Amino acid sequence: MGSYIFRRILATIPVVLFVMLFVFSLLYITPGDPAAILAGDQATQAEIEAIRIDLGLDRSFPVRFVEWSSGVLRGDFGVSIFTRLPVSTMIQQRVEPTLSLMVVTMVIAITIAVPLGVLAAWKHGSLIDRAIMLFAVLGFSVPVFVIGYVLAWTFALQLGWLPVQGYTPFSEGPWPWLRSLLLPSFTLATFYIAIIARITRATMLEILQQDYIRTARGKGASEQAVLFVHALRNASVPIVTVIGIGITLVISGAVVIESVFALPGLGRLIVDSILRRDYPVIQAVILIFSFVYVIINLLIDLSYTVIDPRIRY
Amino acid sequence: MKLLEVRDLQVHFETDKGVNRAVDGLSFSIDTGEALAIVGESGCGKSVTSMSVLRLLPTPPGKIAGDIRFRGEDLSTKSEREMRRLRGGEISMIFQEPMSSLNPVYTIGRQISEAVRLHTGANTRAARKRAIEVLILVGIPSPEKRVDEYPHRLSGGMRQRAMIAMALACNPALLIADEPTTALDVTIQAQILDLLRDLRKRTNTAILLITHDLGVVAEFAERVMVMYAGRKVEEANVADLFAHPRHPYTQGLMDAVPKLGQVRSGKMSKALAEIPGRVPDLTQAFEGCVFAPRCPRAEDVCTHLDPGLEEKADGHFAACHFAPKEAARDKA
Amino acid sequence: MTSAPPEQESYVVARAMPAIISAPPKRNAMMRTLRRHPTMWLGGTLLALVAIMAIFAPIISTSDPSAMNPAVRVQPPSAEAWFGTDMLGRDIFARSVYGARVSLIVGIGVALFATIVGMIIGLTAGFVRWADGIIMRIMDGMMSIPAILLAIALMTLMRGGSVMNVILAITIAEIPRVARLTRSAVLSVRELTYVEAAVACGTSKLGIIRLHILPNTVAPITVQATYICASAMITEAILSFIGAGLPTSIPSWGNIMAEGRALWQVKPNIVFFPAIFLSVTVLAVNLLGDGLRDAVDPRLAKRV
Repeated sequence: MGSYIFRRILATIPVVLFVMLFVFSLLYITPGDPAAILAGDQATQAEIEAIRIDLGLDRSFPVRFVEWSSGVLRGDFGVSIFTRLPVSTMIQQRVEPTLSLMVVTMVIAITIAVPLGVLAAWKHGSLIDRAIMLFAVLGFSVPVFVIGYVLAWTFALQLGWLPVQGYTPFSEGPWPWLRSLLLPSFTLATFYIAIIARITRATMLEILQQDYIRTARGKGASEQAVLFVHALRNASVPIVTVIGIGITLVISGAVVIESVFALPGLGRLIVDSILRRDYPVIQAVILIFSFVYVIINLLIDLSYTVIDPRIRY
Repeated sequence: MKLLEVRDLQVHFETDKGVNRAVDGLSFSIDTGEALAIVGESGCGKSVTSMSVLRLLPTPPGKIAGDIRFRGEDLSTKSEREMRRLRGGEISMIFQEPMSSLNPVYTIGRQISEAVRLHTGANTRAARKRAIEVLILVGIPSPEKRVDEYPHRLSGGMRQRAMIAMALACNPALLIADEPTTALDVTIQAQILDLLRDLRKRTNTAILLITHDLGVVAEFAERVMVMYAGRKVEEANVADLFAHPRHPYTQGLMDAVPKLGQVRSGKMSKALAEIPGRVPDLTQAFEGCVFAPRCPRAEDVCTHLDPGLEEKADGHFAACHFAPKEAARDKA
Repeated sequence: MTSAPPEQESYVVARAMPAIISAPPKRNAMMRTLRRHPTMWLGGTLLALVAIMAIFAPIISTSDPSAMNPAVRVQPPSAEAWFGTDMLGRDIFARSVYGARVSLIVGIGVALFATIVGMIIGLTAGFVRWADGIIMRIMDGMMSIPAILLAIALMTLMRGGSVMNVILAITIAEIPRVARLTRSAVLSVRELTYVEAAVACGTSKLGIIRLHILPNTVAPITVQATYICASAMITEAILSFIGAGLPTSIPSWGNIMAEGRALWQVKPNIVFFPAIFLSVTVLAVNLLGDGLRDAVDPRLAKRV
């Protein structure tokens, strides 16, 4: 078990290295002169040269990569082209809203989606199953910012229950903090709920056909116990896997939704940086989100052994 | 009063092709401590029968009608909660697939003690103690260790013993064993049958054995019921049935079993008999005897007149126009 | 100046979609499939409507989608401009109708390219044992970069957003999904007894791919392609919405909404109408995908 955890952590190293190499080499493999593109159409030759030196494009690829990656591993992501501030400082200021948004979204999504999926599988073929599945299809057909606008229009503008936009830091109290996050989190959660509920339903349908479910009913277990004790744990591996894969969708959604709800997070930072063509910042945010994804999926992989005793490595 | 009495059971399934009459007008009963076997090919409705007794069939698409009485009480009037109290308590079941009938993510101890806790209200510790007791009862070696094992660590025979332990944990009055030995090796089959026979003697549990294997029936049951296409075609004591099978279907089944000492190689030997044709499509309406299309002795009358079950000899029932009455039929 | 793509491309788009629906050869079989999978029917019909709208955009839309008219800025819906006008006085209805072209071209383009490249990578990983580990680690790495972020990075580094650049950026982000699916399909098909027999008989690798692997993977890959199409449409809209996509001169649904972003609290119609178009189109593709999945996977279809 201990050696499995160790080996699994080792296995993420090449993935992380590849992500770093890939994100870094984008500067070199895209057509055209990146310094000129990033400088913009009105830039003077001197400005372009300044950016070229900033990004280290004047030196050779391997030298620059070693320099850059050892910096990244120490938490140094370089200097922003636009603000001239260290990228790491800019990121630190933006972490809290994004982290809060992701955590609240995940909590909302999982607590809603799993029971919905179980219910749909249990009442398979019924009206409620169809309604849940219709919601799920709608959930990943309607783009996240559209849902954001609809929810904000309804609950903030019309009903006035929640703030329209803006973020209240946790230090100002958990309730104002949560209030400022509810709309964006529910918006982000819609999509996540849709995919988790779908996989939960599909897996539960398969599990409920299993002989051991019949055994559980045969010994007089209640339907709740059959569903949540006997079936759900067996269905957990695919569900947890999808929760992990879905993190990318939460991240992608956060990028958009922070703009819609004016949350000063990492997503907002990357969107602002697009307009400023501030590549070092974009690069750093992408790396950080990828690391988050890798770490969450590592934890999920490790959780398999806890969920299912048959999985031993 | 009989322990379990089933009268005119009808189990129908709604399908795309029409209504499948999986069980059609079946009646039988079991006394306390008795061993009754239901024999038939797969798809004859024997498993469906056992599942409908405990109301474990998904409804819809299934539809159950008829009178099922346990200790004289009509089960159809029981609430779901009362049925749950019965399942695994007074009536318990073991299934064909010991490999897949145990939940892979819980230890067998936990699965057995769950039944105990549900039906006796025992606490975790007492339930665990009971789990170890029943593991001893079914002959699992070093039960204190096995109780914490996950099912995938046990062999097929051990798992079936664990299943039986789970079924017996609450001292049921009736044990329904659905093909308990089919998935096991021949030597393990014999061990499990011995175990069931021994437990029946010791605990006075009635056993309803469902099987397609006449060998198992001969070894185990007191009374036998032969099912074909959702109906009972013959019922008798084991000895009577094997000595004088009266329904052509039963005779066909027996001829299809290889017998000890029968020479099967060489030109002179008789090939193992088989029953020609196929089990009828139960979604189609038919007239007369269900078995007529496959019956070697069918005549005109069989295709339009349902023979109905008739007592042909003392305690020996058969549903055939040509089954001999009273006197034993001579071997042709 | 309109930068709408040439007529011919939209035409190909419209032809390609019904071809997927009518895969079963016999008419009876097709009717039965449709009746059994109403979602496929619904998705196909909706999508056909969107495709018709894209093809006949010049006829359907009453005015030029790029014609600015400062006199009639941010008008509410009216008889002249059914969906109202935007900040530059452009007709939102006309722009929304033309937006269908961009969405369909991006969706189908990405689905097509990602499928082809992904299948080649997946087949290589599934068959060339020494390459498998390297390829799959690379795919894992790419999958850990959220598609939109990867597309943002690529779009920032590419001079000017053209439809082709957007398709390219989203395609790169979608390739790993197809590669993984293809590889796992190859591995599971290889385990089948008759394929092992074919290998044992000395059938060449290409022969096995052609005779066994491709027929067995076409169905799941087609289903996956429809999902990629839907997801590409959303990604394009998001990229344009946050300003990393197509130039604002091109009427794409994401662009129209981006222009309405600042005013959404007072003039929700600017965001609302393109949002409906986009959602219905993506829904149609998803329904089609679900229907196809149920049709090709009888195990799942039986349950419905």
